[in-house]
Amino acid sequence: MAETDADPSAALRLKYIFKMNTEIFGVTATYVVTILLAIPLGKYIARVYGGEKTLLDPVINPLENVIFRFSGIDRKSQMNWQQHLISMLTINFVWFLLCMFMLMNQGWLPLNPDGNPGQSADLAFNTSISFMVNCNLQHYSGETGVSYLSQLFLMFLQFVSAGTGMAAAVVLFKALKEKTSGQLGNFYNLLLVSCTRILLPACIVVATLLAFNGTPMTFEGKDHIVTMQGDTVGVSTGPVAAFVAIKHLGTNGGGYYGTNSAHPLENPNYLTNMIEMSAQMIIPFAMIFALGFFLKRKKMARMIFGVMTAGFLILCVPTIIWESQGNPAIAKLGIDMSSGAMEGKEIRFGSVASGFWSIATTVISTGSVNSMHDSGMPLSGMTQLLAMMTNAFYGGCGVGILNFFIYIILAVFISGLMVGRTPEFLGKKIEAREMKIAMIVALLHPFLILAGTALTASFPAITSATTSNPGFHGFSQILYEFTSSAANNGSGFEGLGDNTPWWNITTGIVLLLSRFLPIIGPVAIAGLLANKRSVPQSAGTLPTDSATFGMMIFAVIVIITALSFFPALTLGPIAEYFSL
Amino acid sequence: MKSNIIPAIKLTVATIVLFCGIYPAIIWALAQFTPSGGKGESLTVENKRYYANVGQNFTQDKYFNGRPSAVEYNSASSAGSNNAMSNGEYLTTVQARIDTFLIHNPAVKKSEIPVELVTASGSGLDPDLSPKAALVQVKRIAAARRIPEQQLRQLVSGHIQKPFLGLFGPENVNVLRLNVALEKL
Repeated sequence: MAETDADPSAALRLKYIFKMNTEIFGVTATYVVTILLAIPLGKYIARVYGGEKTLLDPVINPLENVIFRFSGIDRKSQMNWQQHLISMLTINFVWFLLCMFMLMNQGWLPLNPDGNPGQSADLAFNTSISFMVNCNLQHYSGETGVSYLSQLFLMFLQFVSAGTGMAAAVVLFKALKEKTSGQLGNFYNLLLVSCTRILLPACIVVATLLAFNGTPMTFEGKDHIVTMQGDTVGVSTGPVAAFVAIKHLGTNGGGYYGTNSAHPLENPNYLTNMIEMSAQMIIPFAMIFALGFFLKRKKMARMIFGVMTAGFLILCVPTIIWESQGNPAIAKLGIDMSSGAMEGKEIRFGSVASGFWSIATTVISTGSVNSMHDSGMPLSGMTQLLAMMTNAFYGGCGVGILNFFIYIILAVFISGLMVGRTPEFLGKKIEAREMKIAMIVALLHPFLILAGTALTASFPAITSATTSNPGFHGFSQILYEFTSSAANNGSGFEGLGDNTPWWNITTGIVLLLSRFLPIIGPVAIAGLLANKRSVPQSAGTLPTDSATFGMMIFAVIVIITALSFFPALTLGPIAEYFSL
Repeated sequence: MKSNIIPAIKLTVATIVLFCGIYPAIIWALAQFTPSGGKGESLTVENKRYYANVGQNFTQDKYFNGRPSAVEYNSASSAGSNNAMSNGEYLTTVQARIDTFLIHNPAVKKSEIPVELVTASGSGLDPDLSPKAALVQVKRIAAARRIPEQQLRQLVSGHIQKPFLGLFGPENVNVLRLNVALEKL
């Protein structure tokens, strides 16, 4: 009798474990396959930036030649680091103005079948900046806030903003290459080849896969249907598949629909969810491998990837566990909690893939979501915030490496002091000027987040009505919005009523500063290093590709983040955790 | 700056043609080969066309009801509730959903209600239920339609979508397809 009692429960438990495991298999497989694909992609990327022959040359060479002839740009003319930065800022300014015009006038411009009105000036300011800087903090909802023409233009910015980040990273690659002078390639060329040879082919593959899984790709306006129960509802469609592909591959994250990749048309099934997770991680992964292939320093690339992976897993694994445990306050109501924290989550992804995505999207600066972070577990909110606060575990297209480079410089300097030697990186001396730049960039990030949050909290008359949740979580909503802006991430605790002049303008400014200074800083350091004489390696040189040095970098990252952000996290997610 | 501005404008124009024109045109053309012709997977029942992936509002006792939605399944404006776990008002709402469910399903014990049936989805348009959340409604529907429970259980099992390749992701049941099949019984 006792045995027959035990058997079904044991079988049930086994079945339950297997069920949970299919969710864990799903994210593990996605992660591993992405790494395996990123290695050959990294090799390809290194070839593209090295100007070597690639498979796509016969198609893309003529296309690029037409574009450069039309633009009057000589792609072979070399630039130094200052010229790179000037070209980058100029073209970004052009994009910004054009986008402002487009968004404010979309009401009468063509391709607006749903008749959506033009955006207000402050909203257009915020939207334009946030798409230009690869953030995609959306203070509007895709269904009602933009026309199809605006969606297409925002998609254009998703390409070129990712290309900008990658081009800037390649300036760094070139500067670090041995025996180089001040000639660091042509910015426009690096920008265009990033878009045409890396992003575009990958987007065509991903968009086609999505379309074949039920993501719409049409230019017809809103559809109207009568449901089985007899209600008439509108269904927003549009050119979704093309948009979602670049939103992920370019680590932009701006959703076509208001609820981003939680929307069943934007992300129809578990397979598309795996594809979209993979698409957002693959280029940041591949850029690290590309660094190794390009500089012929594979060991260093492995070390960087190892540090980033350690950081990612430390944030990701607990988040998955917390999300699959569920809300203790609901558990007290006495219902079946086995599915986990399901508020704000979709059945077809489950709590594990939602938890995994929430960290993937925040360590990388994507900011797309497949669940509502606002409704996640309090400590998951903390890990998402920490992912954006460190902003260097994988990171966005190109800029991830630039951010990480700053931490490398700091680690080189500190460990140099510890062993009593002049700090060197790849045979170049790190001196006061480089250190000053690195410190400014490293401190800018916490400064923008904490100052923005403090300022907002000190004007409750304007801002307290915009937080949708009471207490500690309301504070977390403010902290999250500034963290997401400063990390150029774009996800949000979306309950925040952020389409107000206060939010549009303050976060717009934070976005601008936190995009361009962390590009200018590392590129300047790299440019300065490139001009220095190479010091031959000796027995006293500190190896910068060893596991020990990797741990040093990790320690620097942890110390900077912990010291800067711990108090703010205590007031938000940690306090909320203890109040549950 | 000055020598950069003209090339920057021209390059912008050329790349707009490529990424706003040619790229979407290629994807649109490829999408014409999909079963839905790029309009999103649909389902036609008795001359009525539905979107297979977009959840509908099912509130009547005779249907399998979907999950709570912050926008009442308005597919022209998706949204989640964005309620924090610590939000007291939200917990009252969840309690109210539990009470309502128990009134409509008197044969079900509280501990059998899966959490996904009383929490709102991320999109507000979740088309699916977990198998458990569909099965827990069987007794109510059997009574409302005077159909044997066993037959409904079989219907649900027949509609369970297995994990991708049998290995990846959770099992789910598309509520719309399930209710369409239910009407045909």
